[in-house]
Amino acid sequence: MKAARITADGVYRAALGGAAALVFGVVALIVYETTRGSVLSIQKFGLGFLTGTAWDPVTEKFGALPYIYGTLVSSALALLIAVPLGIGTAVYLAEIANRRFGAIVSFVIELLAAIPSIVYGVWGFFVLAPFLRTWIEPWLIQHLGFLPLFRGAPFGIGMLNAGIVLSIMIVPTIVSISREVLLATPRSLREAALALGATRAEAIGVAVDAARPGILGAVILALGRALGETMAVTMVIGNTNRISLSLLDPGATMSSIIANEFTEATSPLYVSALIEIALVLFLVTIVVNGLARLLVLWATGGRRAIAAAA
Amino acid sequence: MNRKLQKTLLHLTAAAVLVAAIAGAWAPAVRANPNASNLTGAGATFPYPLYSKWFDTYHQMTGIEVNYQSIGSGGGIQQLKNGTVDFGASDAPLTDAKLKEMPRKVLHFPTVAGAVVLAYNLPSVKQPLQLTSGIVAGIYMGKITTWNDKQIAAVNPGVALPAAPILPVHRSDGSGTSYIFTTYLSAVNGPWKEMVGANTSVSWPAGIGGKGNEGISGLVRQTQGAIGYVELAYAKQNRLPVAHLQNRSGQFVEPTLASTTAAAEGAAMLLGKDVRTPIVNSAAPTAYPICGLTYILIYQDQKDPGKAHALAGLLRWAMEQGQDVAGTLDYARLPAAVIKVNDGTLGKITIGGKPLLANR
Repeated sequence: MKAARITADGVYRAALGGAAALVFGVVALIVYETTRGSVLSIQKFGLGFLTGTAWDPVTEKFGALPYIYGTLVSSALALLIAVPLGIGTAVYLAEIANRRFGAIVSFVIELLAAIPSIVYGVWGFFVLAPFLRTWIEPWLIQHLGFLPLFRGAPFGIGMLNAGIVLSIMIVPTIVSISREVLLATPRSLREAALALGATRAEAIGVAVDAARPGILGAVILALGRALGETMAVTMVIGNTNRISLSLLDPGATMSSIIANEFTEATSPLYVSALIEIALVLFLVTIVVNGLARLLVLWATGGRRAIAAAA
Repeated sequence: MNRKLQKTLLHLTAAAVLVAAIAGAWAPAVRANPNASNLTGAGATFPYPLYSKWFDTYHQMTGIEVNYQSIGSGGGIQQLKNGTVDFGASDAPLTDAKLKEMPRKVLHFPTVAGAVVLAYNLPSVKQPLQLTSGIVAGIYMGKITTWNDKQIAAVNPGVALPAAPILPVHRSDGSGTSYIFTTYLSAVNGPWKEMVGANTSVSWPAGIGGKGNEGISGLVRQTQGAIGYVELAYAKQNRLPVAHLQNRSGQFVEPTLASTTAAAEGAAMLLGKDVRTPIVNSAAPTAYPICGLTYILIYQDQKDPGKAHALAGLLRWAMEQGQDVAGTLDYARLPAAVIKVNDGTLGKITIGGKPLLANR
């Protein structure tokens, strides 16, 4: 047998393959370490950890449900605000605005992405909270108070504040990626639509339709940031482990409870429960991302394939 | 003239660079010296401003460098357990169960006392609010919900209390401040002890959580009707209005450095038996009731003679000149009786089983 020759091609391939494999290695290590760290808590609480609502470091009873709820609701709220705003802005920048103005607005929006999250937290705490407390929340309570979503007292701090701060943090991701994707769709699509007698709005609709997978990808990336965001949320969400339907009430997220309590957790079971929260957060992120990917597949014409599989 | 000045400046700069380079080359050599007994410690954030001042002064005086990382009490205990630091620092003493988990016997040295005060936002109330333990527990359990509650009115005669709702604010992060506050509530209120208990973080029955002293004071300042607990030093430096609390002998006491030291003084007898005894709800007539001690933790049996002497010297200095520094940074000094207790503990340090101080 001939000895394998080391070629530049082979080295290059191995280096790139190694870099890609490293990603798997890191993920595997995260799963391994968090699972290992949470063994104590898994043995003690089992699946009840996911459905438990008590979080009592004194009696060492731990349940993650309020935090899972808080993470999902705050992220959903953020998407609800940021997706229409972000896609609208991207369509405007790519299709309607003149080039120069579009470039300036894109620059400012990308600047938003570079602001550290603690700054958003401080802004949410010192600017947004008093504003919500004096203007928005009393109005919501007075006029929409019949809905369970808007019951309670106007603290300014809580799920609504967290959702708004998160939405501002994820808008840049949605805008800049969606804009790039829209700019990358072929001009001929719009021209063809216009030639067939479509209005300008309809022609833009055709372009957006073509860019849909990319836009959904942008939303998934944004969702990832919202699920994991820690500092800003911790400052404005109110940090109580109660599950409340009302958006005005305080809550807590998985990342905020870890940030809050990890430094002063002394007993092994307590630390273990906090590490299990990290594991659960990781799993929730995987599940949500998986669902989002299915959505992309469905949206990009794989509908029949998924229907056939189901 | 101008030229000359420029030249001089250039020379000065060059000299400075040279000195810096030499110092830079020297520094690692000093650090590598096995006889230099530099110390490392980690733990509580509450005494960090004081400790950094202490260790800086001590370094200038003795040349012993103390590297302290304020990573939180939990982390400090963990690092001491792993043997990665020479001393740990904690706002809560180790429980019997935790002491058993440590590889060797651990000594507690209280270093200073701190008080936890209740800051509130009631613009219409001009004189200091007076509160009892029952009211504080009631507010934090969500049982007393408006400021014009009968119980609050009863101890504030002549004060026009608003009919506003009370918003209790607690720490969201685990902290020694919460530990002292919940230890107090557990000591004075049966239902609290049963339902909530005392810890660095607990399952709060009511209110909202702010991160850190600044999170609580921010919420209290912003929200009319809010009440929150912060460290005395923080409240003093930020001039927050604070409530006077009724102590065990029935007096309403303003939280000050003196009334904090008085609380430690009142508990001196019990501290002599076990230095971990909480000093909340002191029987002394001038004591403020929500006080606590912060501790430095070291192993009783030391391995390295150099380090052991350095540690003992540092702790002794902290009990003497260190106490004078404490007041300037708004920490309450230890009463003489507690310093005496610490002196006794210092005598217990051994090196390879033999008493350290006789070894000198």
